[in-house]
Amino acid sequence: MLGLSNLMPIIILGLSCAFFVMARSKATAVSNGIPSSLHSRPNYHGTLSFLWVLLLGIATYLILLIFGSWFVTGSLLSQIKAANPSLADIQAQLVLSDAKAISEGRAASSVDDLRETIAGDYSSLSNLHNWSMVLIPLALSILGGLFQFTRITTEWRARNKSERIISSFLFVCAAIAVLTTIGIVLSLIFETMNFFSNIGWRVDKYIFGTEWSPLAGVHSGTMDPDRVGAIPLFVGTMLITLIAMIVAVPIGLMAAIYLSDFASAHVRAWAKPMLEILAGIPTVVYGFFAAITLAPAIRGWGEAIGLSVASESALAAGVVMGIMIIPFISSLSDDVINAVPQSLRDGSYGLGATKAETIRQVVLPAALPGIVSAVLLGVSRAVGETMIVVMAAGQGANLTVNPLEAVTTVTVQIVMLITGDTEAETAAGPAFTLGFTLFCVTLLLNIVALRIVRKYREAYD
Amino acid sequence: MAQEVSEKQMKITARGVDVFYGEAQAIKQVDVDIEDHAVTAFIGPSGCGKSTFLRCLNRMNDTIDICRVTGDIRLDGNDIYDPNIDPVQLRAQVGMVFQKPNPFPKSIYDNVAYGPRIHGLTASKSELDGLVEWALTRAGLWNEVKDRLDKPGTGLSGGQQQRLCIARAIAVQPTVILMDEPCSALDPIATATIEELIDELRTKFSIVIVTHSMQQAARVSQKTAFFHLGDLVEFGDTNDIFTSPRDERTQNYITGRIG
Repeated sequence: MLGLSNLMPIIILGLSCAFFVMARSKATAVSNGIPSSLHSRPNYHGTLSFLWVLLLGIATYLILLIFGSWFVTGSLLSQIKAANPSLADIQAQLVLSDAKAISEGRAASSVDDLRETIAGDYSSLSNLHNWSMVLIPLALSILGGLFQFTRITTEWRARNKSERIISSFLFVCAAIAVLTTIGIVLSLIFETMNFFSNIGWRVDKYIFGTEWSPLAGVHSGTMDPDRVGAIPLFVGTMLITLIAMIVAVPIGLMAAIYLSDFASAHVRAWAKPMLEILAGIPTVVYGFFAAITLAPAIRGWGEAIGLSVASESALAAGVVMGIMIIPFISSLSDDVINAVPQSLRDGSYGLGATKAETIRQVVLPAALPGIVSAVLLGVSRAVGETMIVVMAAGQGANLTVNPLEAVTTVTVQIVMLITGDTEAETAAGPAFTLGFTLFCVTLLLNIVALRIVRKYREAYD
Repeated sequence: MAQEVSEKQMKITARGVDVFYGEAQAIKQVDVDIEDHAVTAFIGPSGCGKSTFLRCLNRMNDTIDICRVTGDIRLDGNDIYDPNIDPVQLRAQVGMVFQKPNPFPKSIYDNVAYGPRIHGLTASKSELDGLVEWALTRAGLWNEVKDRLDKPGTGLSGGQQQRLCIARAIAVQPTVILMDEPCSALDPIATATIEELIDELRTKFSIVIVTHSMQQAARVSQKTAFFHLGDLVEFGDTNDIFTSPRDERTQNYITGRIG
């Protein structure tokens, strides 16, 4: 019986298809061979029946699946409690799981009369539950399908009805995405509040403190507000972001200028996709490239000229991150530079300006808002980037602006907290707080970037 | 021939000009003389090659990869397609105004000062100020914008933008101004203003104007060239072209039967 109730979604789907075909042929039949006499095309009649059968069946199936098992467990637990009021909740649960094991023929931790009785009740109840999960959805969906079937006439507005159902379904999908976002943000906020209450609301210590070692005192059960200063992480993040942008912005921008104004159509046709392939390389690959190839090379060069370079340096991580961001900036900038109307270039050439003057004084200023927003989006990528810095930047919270030393970033510390040995509940506080900080910064950057882009669009469309 | 005698006063002479876009020939063996201090109008139906030919006169076609120009075009007797001629310097002498007003996304002042700055025409800020004022005045825009020179040129109305583009072109002190349907994006009142301006500018510059409107050609020009399917069908005094066209195709076009 268990098998049949698990197959119900497929059975309902099959049923819906059958009703689709039936409704469509009935609609064709009532048209008497004059298709234009129907208000809605036969396919819409079919679709409406299909949706009714499918949604009724699936909805009742899901309701019975969730509330049925909740009801079975609840009623059995209360039966156990009634038979033996001295049992604690957890013990009652144990009795129930033993009873389930007995009824399914598996080994139980112990067997007694109560367990045997409950096992019997359980098997009859779950049998009932399984049957109800098969029969009720089946009955309801068939009834729904027949109801729709009887409504098919030439005047019946099946198209409007089915379109309304579909648009509600689309709304639900959009709502899921939005609600998920809201849920994540709320959980970030609550965990952050929780963390701040653990350190006695010393938010200033978090924002301005210079020592980051949040888990140092957890064995004594408290967090030390003096050791949750995130400044070293902020500085590390900014240092690496800065290095990345120093690499990515000039190269990306100049590549974009070349592609849009100098490259022939032929070169552009293969160079642009090649650049975009760079964006498709997984960041973990960049990460071990930085850690295994570039970082030792930088240390080697540094030592050759007498500098001491850490084997995990901000420079290596930043340079590789910059390379990762190049296609991002070049591709976006290329789009905005191309969006500068040819008429502006012509106007400049027509005044006797050279190509260089035209690009520097007309094209780039016109494209500047778009370029700025491309750079800001690049920055938000850099701030949130994780794999490269985990592998190549180092783990110790080290307050320095020397690019040759190891630094750590906000994202690295989140990884360390969550994947470390400390139990998740304790580590979650600082991790969520860092995540929330990161979220605020990237959100701000994205908002600013999008605003600039929108302003720019208004000027040229 | 009479042409030989008058060649001295001609600003631009074109002989046997062919233009190809890839394999397709857009202009076939065109001979035209552009008089100094006069307005020459190019008319003809869409796609007849009048704009293409106009763009040969300041080598704007160079920016199109597949475009090839042959023949002889001389400005003040010098071959402008000579390898020694720099198109950038040529375009400083032969200014251009486009169909759609295309002010740069800069202030009104900077729009006009753009050309003088890149060509180093002025030695001081006050001299540049004077040149900008002169150009805007010549373009009939000074009184309307003198209080907001630092505002963006894109904020002006269409007709004002087009006059700004004319001011921008004359600020470079060219001797010839090419206008490619300068009024086609403007309303009748702005068009009338520009037409008056063109008539006035004739005293200092040679003007070549491409236009779709035969009335406009009749109103502003002294010479008219009628193009049809890449051929220069007829070229002569505007009065003659409109009152007694010699070619049947010209007759048909100006009476509205083709086009």
